[in-house]
Amino acid sequence: MEMLVIALTIFILAIFLGFELITKVPPLLHTPLMSGANAISGITLVGALVAAGAEVTTLSTILGFVAVTLATINVVGGFLVTHRMLQMFRRKR
Amino acid sequence: MLDNLVNLVYLVSAVLFILGLRGLAHPRTAVRGNLMGATGMLLAVVVTLLNQRIVGFEVILAGLALGALVGVALALKVPLTAMPQLVALLNGFGGGASSLVAGAALEETLVTAGAPGVQFTIASSLSGLIGSVTLFGSLVAFGKLRGLVSERPVLLPGRHVLNAVLGLASLGLAAWLVVDPTSSMAFWILVGVASVFGILLVVPIGGADMPVVIALLNSYSGLAAAATGFVLDNNLLIIAGSLVGAAGFILTSLMSKAMNRSLTNVLFAGVGAVVTQVADSDDVYAGRVKSAMPDEVAMLLSDARRVVIVPGFGMAVAQAQYAVRDLTNLLESKGVEIEFAIHPVAGRMPGHMNVLLAEADISYDKLKEMDEINSTFPETDVVLVIGANDVVNPMARDNDSSNPIAGMPILDVDKARTVVVIKRSLSPGFAGIPNPLFADDSTLMLFGDAKQMAIDLTSALRET
Repeated sequence: MEMLVIALTIFILAIFLGFELITKVPPLLHTPLMSGANAISGITLVGALVAAGAEVTTLSTILGFVAVTLATINVVGGFLVTHRMLQMFRRKR
Repeated sequence: MLDNLVNLVYLVSAVLFILGLRGLAHPRTAVRGNLMGATGMLLAVVVTLLNQRIVGFEVILAGLALGALVGVALALKVPLTAMPQLVALLNGFGGGASSLVAGAALEETLVTAGAPGVQFTIASSLSGLIGSVTLFGSLVAFGKLRGLVSERPVLLPGRHVLNAVLGLASLGLAAWLVVDPTSSMAFWILVGVASVFGILLVVPIGGADMPVVIALLNSYSGLAAAATGFVLDNNLLIIAGSLVGAAGFILTSLMSKAMNRSLTNVLFAGVGAVVTQVADSDDVYAGRVKSAMPDEVAMLLSDARRVVIVPGFGMAVAQAQYAVRDLTNLLESKGVEIEFAIHPVAGRMPGHMNVLLAEADISYDKLKEMDEINSTFPETDVVLVIGANDVVNPMARDNDSSNPIAGMPILDVDKARTVVVIKRSLSPGFAGIPNPLFADDSTLMLFGDAKQMAIDLTSALRET
């Protein structure tokens, strides 16, 4: 129960923080912001790694493997494509 | 001791994510912000591998290698014109992974510790629900953007009832899991129901509303990660997930606001499914539409001091961005001042036009937001509308409720001295209504493919 209260506190505060951080994004950056944020949501990879490595049951290992694969695509693809897009947003003379 | 170390490193990751997102919100710091986010992720992954519950690394390495391979290939090989599809797909994968992690955690707990507690079951239900909706909703969005599924809204009969039934079924299944946490059956049925729900939620949404949907699915992928954080009691997942959830939600509301519609309206109204007869196109256009040839327009452009280009989805479809860049460079070398007017929902995802023009090497200084550029149209000699329609339709100004774009903020191109519209035909835009701008006294229609016309204009200009 105590854990839940702490977790809820963190959750609510992080949501407010998210709103504060993102309010003024120029439309220029809407796509990279979205793909960069999406890469961060791939943090679920952390949970997937434990599920795949703990090898408790065959089912949980398979689920973990698929989750690791999907989350890694999300993370690697997301950060990389964001970087590629941002490289193009340059100011020219 | 080790747990404390892991959690401290997670805290560093969370801080890097926060700084990274803040960096992504400003052009100067965006590259650094993205790198900070990636660093935070790398730290989190490395320290997680120290977890003592991990007994074997073969499966992990296989998954990481396969995922990295596909991720790198997607990120480097996919052309930037296909960015909306790619972003949709990546959103979906994140959401899908979150619900699978919740499922795996449930299966493990059932074997090792017996029936899980209420927090666990509620959180895993939420994760299964949101994650599966995200995955399958994103797959449909991907299909629509790739042209595999009809871009027009597909309206099933009784879909509201069906959605309500699926929503209630999800609630019921979650309740079943909470009441009887000894079996994972309810969870997996919930995942199935949520998958159908995700499909049905996106199928009735039309192409022009895609920016809202993609931003919303982005938000969901974050919330699914946060829910999985509650399942695993992992603060990093909770923090990162809710940051992304909030960021996606802000984009979603920005996009809906740019169309003057509520989120519910975007999701459930099925705008664009039926062509509404607000005004008969014959009445609007009859005898008033003036068409021009490229060399006439080239003369206009070379005499202009200030030209504003309004790109729309049609420019993306015709892949005209490079031809437009060449035209822009030529005009600038002749001393014409050029800017681009970007409507927030032009294209198929938030910021679509910016990415496209940046790809063609057009400086972002020239890309102006709607609010910034609208006051400059009266001083603009020529506006070149390339493949945009509804976002320049003056009918949005009269608040007649029968008109699907009534009240939508538009680019005031009709205030400029001359408007040239490059378009294949007079066919209506996504909203399915005629555009009086095309029949305006100061408007010239240049009928043809956007790319071809930009090329023709450039060569006509070279000859003058």
